[in-house]
Amino acid sequence: MILHNAPGGGLGPYLQNPHITQADIARLKHNLGFDKPIYVQYVIWLGHVIVGDFGYSTSNSEPVFSAIVERLPATLELMISSFVIAFLIGVSAGLFAAIRPYSIWDYFITTFAFFGQSMPVFWFALMMQLAFAVHGIPLPGGYQIQLPSAGISSGDTFDFGDRATHLVLPAIVLALLQVALYSRFMRSSMLEVIKTDYMRTAWAKGLNFQTVLFKHGLKNALIPLVTVTALTLPGLFGGAIVTETIFAWPGEGRLFFNALGQQDIALMMGYLVFNAFLVVFFNLFADVAYAWLDPRVKYD
Amino acid sequence: MALSAPINQVFADEEAVVYSRNTVWSRFRKHKLAMAGALVLLLMVVVAVFAPKLAPYDPNAIDNVHWQGNPLPPCFQDATQCGAHTLGSDENGRDLLSRLMFGARISLTVGVAAVVMELIIGTLLGAVAGYYGGWVDYVMMRITDVFLSIPLLPLLLTLTAIVAASSSKASLGFGVIVVIIGALSWPGVARLVRASYLSLREREYTEAARALGNGDVRIMLRHLLPNAIAPIIVQATLDVANVIVLESTLSFLGFGIQPPTASWGNMLANAESNLEVAWWAAVFPGLCILVTVLAINYIGDGLRDALDPNMR
Repeated sequence: MILHNAPGGGLGPYLQNPHITQADIARLKHNLGFDKPIYVQYVIWLGHVIVGDFGYSTSNSEPVFSAIVERLPATLELMISSFVIAFLIGVSAGLFAAIRPYSIWDYFITTFAFFGQSMPVFWFALMMQLAFAVHGIPLPGGYQIQLPSAGISSGDTFDFGDRATHLVLPAIVLALLQVALYSRFMRSSMLEVIKTDYMRTAWAKGLNFQTVLFKHGLKNALIPLVTVTALTLPGLFGGAIVTETIFAWPGEGRLFFNALGQQDIALMMGYLVFNAFLVVFFNLFADVAYAWLDPRVKYD
Repeated sequence: MALSAPINQVFADEEAVVYSRNTVWSRFRKHKLAMAGALVLLLMVVVAVFAPKLAPYDPNAIDNVHWQGNPLPPCFQDATQCGAHTLGSDENGRDLLSRLMFGARISLTVGVAAVVMELIIGTLLGAVAGYYGGWVDYVMMRITDVFLSIPLLPLLLTLTAIVAASSSKASLGFGVIVVIIGALSWPGVARLVRASYLSLREREYTEAARALGNGDVRIMLRHLLPNAIAPIIVQATLDVANVIVLESTLSFLGFGIQPPTASWGNMLANAESNLEVAWWAAVFPGLCILVTVLAINYIGDGLRDALDPNMR
């Protein structure tokens, strides 16, 4: 609703075009319904959204829905790969810290988690670019790690190697915050599980280290992590905007950022609704998964 | 340990009034990293307050004598800079150190001001929801659900973009940033306050206060708030860190504090394109953010341990 108060009444991109006359503007305003009061516009927009019509993007000259769907694979690619990295590192770090609490490794991992949580995403992205893309990390034997700083070079053909090298930096950047969160939650969750009676029973039965830790411990300690994963999702969208903008990744985040600069209201609204929908969906998904993983949880 | 807890509780209740401040401070002092964080933050605050006296240059002044189009390197890369621009200059020939000092003012002020606003809104709404319960509580919690389900950064970006575009001035005052961040980040506090009020309103002393004829507002503020304050303080501290990161992200993306006013975020906005020639312009502002935020997070951690050992 607030979005419609912007100057140009949502016609910003058209107002910048010198070939459009005042009469055209008036006609467009009328056709697009911008001459109606704001609350009427909002109700009309809401009605359209319910039937799946998100309106027309003024800056991209395409329907908002197709613009969002078109960028979805790139964003999913980035988010899923960052999630996999974060999950593997975070869970193993948390597990490691919990097995030897208050050891030097535990302090190292906890400190790292604090750093990860305090690190501004955009600065970490810049530093990664500085280290890996601008200067390159020299390796023994004359090799160098040199990663591309931005974009995907092959637009039409799918080149796996090229995709992967371009994905490394943004995925690591997006993974950092998640690694920090997962390792902290994994640590405390595992510490709690280790104290339980069934773990003591498992040790008493004389089971070996791996079986006790992984089959009895890890399985139970992972359950609370489902909720944490769902809770980090809103933050992940914010992180994706920054990461995609800095690394010129052609996903939802950059689409939204461009829409901001162009005052493309329909696209901004579409993006926000889309995100809110995803967050609600994943929260529901997490609740269901939680009940499925932990039979003690019952919903009325 | 578990067995002695109830006994401790009994003693804690009796002695709380007399010793509380001392115990909190002595517990906080034991948390070494929190103490280190407090020192770092104190240093930052001193620098921010006395920035006009401490800064070697005007933060917006361009050094026309030395600057010739390229950012000037810092002292440890070019010894001739040691007396002049210790940390070098940015791409416009402005002294980096002076800009960092003035940037500290912006970051810390926005952080504290937005959190104060968030606290006022969050505490009031949370207190009302928790104290009255029923449909008031239900409606308010659904509103916080809505706020929490929308990712914060996109919403902030949208609002600041709109406000920036609709104001006639070219620059966006930091008051606007503070109000927008404060107005959107209160649900966390509101939930926290509601949760403690829900249990506190059932306590005997609340009953007693009511029996003595105190009004609802007085009970909420005078009797319940002091008992609910510990988690609020911890949350507020951690939120200052979050707000500083948020503000710098907004400024970095060009929707926060507008140049030429120096803020740690907008100093990094042009750093990306100059990454190859001037690494220092990209490293130092971010380092300031990281160190400050880390310090505040450790203080928050220490406060959590000090105020309520059972919270961890």
